[in-house]
Amino acid sequence: MEGNPHSVLEGMIIAGKAVGASVGYIYVRTEYPLAVSNLKLAVKAAEEAGFLGKKIFGSDFDFEMRIMEGAGAFVCGEETALMASIEGKRGMPMPKPPFPAERGLFGKPTVINNVETFATVPVAMLMGVDVYAAKGTEKSSGTKTFALTGHVAHTGLIEVPFSTTLREIIVDIGGGVIDDDGVNRGADFKAVQIGGPSGGCLTQEHLDMSLDYDNLLKVGAMIGSGGLVVMNQQTCMIKIARFFMQFTQNESCGKCVVCREGTRQMLELLDDIIEGRATAETIELLEELAHVVKIGSLCGLGKTAPNPVLSTLKYFREEYDAHVFDKTCPTGQCEALSRYVIVPELCKSCSLCARACPVDAISGSKGVPYVIDQEICIRCGVCMDTCKFNAIVK
Amino acid sequence: MENAIAVKFDRVCQILEQHQRDPHKLIPILQEIQEEYQYLPEEIMTFVSTALGLSTSQVYGVATFYSHFTLSPKGKYVVKVCDGTACHVKKSTSLIDAIAEELGLSSSGKTTEDLLFTLETVACLGACGLAPAIVINEQVYGHMTPESTVQLIKEIKAKEAQI
Repeated sequence: MEGNPHSVLEGMIIAGKAVGASVGYIYVRTEYPLAVSNLKLAVKAAEEAGFLGKKIFGSDFDFEMRIMEGAGAFVCGEETALMASIEGKRGMPMPKPPFPAERGLFGKPTVINNVETFATVPVAMLMGVDVYAAKGTEKSSGTKTFALTGHVAHTGLIEVPFSTTLREIIVDIGGGVIDDDGVNRGADFKAVQIGGPSGGCLTQEHLDMSLDYDNLLKVGAMIGSGGLVVMNQQTCMIKIARFFMQFTQNESCGKCVVCREGTRQMLELLDDIIEGRATAETIELLEELAHVVKIGSLCGLGKTAPNPVLSTLKYFREEYDAHVFDKTCPTGQCEALSRYVIVPELCKSCSLCARACPVDAISGSKGVPYVIDQEICIRCGVCMDTCKFNAIVK
Repeated sequence: MENAIAVKFDRVCQILEQHQRDPHKLIPILQEIQEEYQYLPEEIMTFVSTALGLSTSQVYGVATFYSHFTLSPKGKYVVKVCDGTACHVKKSTSLIDAIAEELGLSSSGKTTEDLLFTLETVACLGACGLAPAIVINEQVYGHMTPESTVQLIKEIKAKEAQI
């Protein structure tokens, strides 16, 4: 849309010709101003060149292109919600059937696809379908664009055949995994979140798997948005699951009760885990609720909202257990579960931390290393900030 | 004063005419109105609903459904911090905390009392390669740290103090 908007227009014009449509809409997020302005420019140029408008190339085929800017609702990526939004309504999904191809926009049959799909049409036609399909794998033919981000040295958009493995993407293209300070120390890979808030995570064991539709489905993930967020060992997976849950909870349109209320309850259960209030029952309830939300929701948002939780539960169960039973966060990211300890060898007994502590949890005397009473400590971290000798560790 | 009100509704009428008073164009109409007034004033939403033949609740329903619309005035500088996945794993929350502290905003307030700044979080600006990213009035700043963000806010404050 930004770099080559004409490829999208061309794909849509071809599709319009194929099905006999006369109007095409491009629904684009208003948060992408460059995409909006470049698309508008491209439409104007195409109209002037006679690729769009009345009697294209002297034929009987008319095709008009309209750009619709979204107004900030994630659920409008769902096809029926997207069409409701173009019609000027609240973007809430409708049950299917009827499918858009039967009764879609303004009650008319509608072909609705991602812009990436449309942009691929002219490429596949130019190359010849057989040549194009020879790339990738048998069932997932061709290439796919991914947005590679997170803890890798090189971030950005990449286009690879479906047969490419995760390792090739992270190491060869991404330049390897980096630590929080931006340095690549090698072999620090923990997980990659694929497919945005609806997707799942892949771990060490999936590094040599090719990223095609079937393989991903088998391991409980999906390509979804095409987002690949690489995470290093310093990332807490429960916090990541909570982050996605917060997002889907915010973006739930509110139509289905299990999605609206279920995601809220799941979020609170995750908070219990992160803040140290969880018991064995919490995990059970979380898992049960995840399945209820999955089954009981109408659209893709609700059906996939529990995926980040289910997939982290599957691959990082021990991390959940550590939070729940040992009340510790293995990565030290969860404030409420972290323990601040004074290293006796480094402590100079200056008493600075004891004076800074708001709850008087630190005691000691001159010449003897100070200690933190874990029962009183509220884990605010002030002591660590005040210590001049880096003697306090988390 | 009366003149001001007439001018105010003049612009709305123009926007409505541009969209042929088509109720299906409600979202683009509201978007343009918000661009004009920085927010959606209640009396204008009522006016729009009458002009389009919609009920006020339908217009209000759409205005509150989409996060892009706001029903209260925003600050002169709208600071949007991206909290999409890519920015989140690169610690965008520390930027939000730093800005809120610098501007003296509580968790409930988003706009400073002098109407100079509004702090918002958005889900993905499409600038994941620049993570963590923030946008101040359409200008994108990438690879931010809490320090560089606060510095940026301070610079704007200093510029405004001179005016």
